[in-house]
Amino acid sequence: MELIARILAGERELFHQLVRPYEKAVYMAAYAILQNEHDAEDAAQEAMLKALKSLPNFRAEAKFSTWLISIAINEARGRLRHARVLKIESLDAPAVDEEGTPVPAVISDWREVPSEALERRELRELLRAAIAGLPEIYRETILLRDVQQFSIAETAAALGVREGVVKTRLLRARLMLQKILAPQLRSKRSGLFGLFRSKAGGSWF
Amino acid sequence: MVLDCRHVWDQISNYIDGTVPQEFRDAVEEHLAHCRHCAAVLDSTRNILVLIADERTFEIPIGYSERLHARLQNAIAAGG
Repeated sequence: MELIARILAGERELFHQLVRPYEKAVYMAAYAILQNEHDAEDAAQEAMLKALKSLPNFRAEAKFSTWLISIAINEARGRLRHARVLKIESLDAPAVDEEGTPVPAVISDWREVPSEALERRELRELLRAAIAGLPEIYRETILLRDVQQFSIAETAAALGVREGVVKTRLLRARLMLQKILAPQLRSKRSGLFGLFRSKAGGSWF
Repeated sequence: MVLDCRHVWDQISNYIDGTVPQEFRDAVEEHLAHCRHCAAVLDSTRNILVLIADERTFEIPIGYSERLHARLQNAIAAGG
């Protein structure tokens, strides 16, 4: 808060310092919606510029990080709406069903995939593709909460929805991801991580 | 309280976040102790969440930070 007061009092260079901790989150929020690195970066920059301009309107009762992220989300959504108007056919995108709990992939046991396996590009791509395949409302919720590690309250504030809505979307998003990924990670385990196993000398499979 | 698998799936996300009421939590844990399918659903979901939270999974474009701060610097210098 002190930093914001100093910026508003004229030390504008401090804006760099203010936003640096959140620059990745701003990019990820835009990426969650736009699904394209170039567009996400452009939207993130624009959101930061808007935040700089709007800083005098920032209200102390809000958290700066969620205020900043909500600007990025609005910027990205605005661009997506614009793109959809240009591509009229996608206005007919099917409505997202928010009812009920998805049925997860029912498996009889699970052997942990260690984080070290993320050294393999195939695994990173598998995870990103699964998230990219989620409907937008679930994708943005899981990216803020589970990728960026926002709290449920912060995620709700950034998205402009109630905490209960975040919880419902998280349940659905997490089970959808489990349903898509658990069978793939099981079946690809030896092929995908075999090299890593021998390199690490571990015995997790 | 006895839960079936579907009830456990309904609560699995809250369970991971630690937001299930204690009474319900005990029933979920009781079910998980005896149902290897639900235990595997929980373990795999948790594992997937650890993997997607890892900073290697989503990388920021190279030079993003430099380009961002250069653009901010222009706006700051211009008084915009």
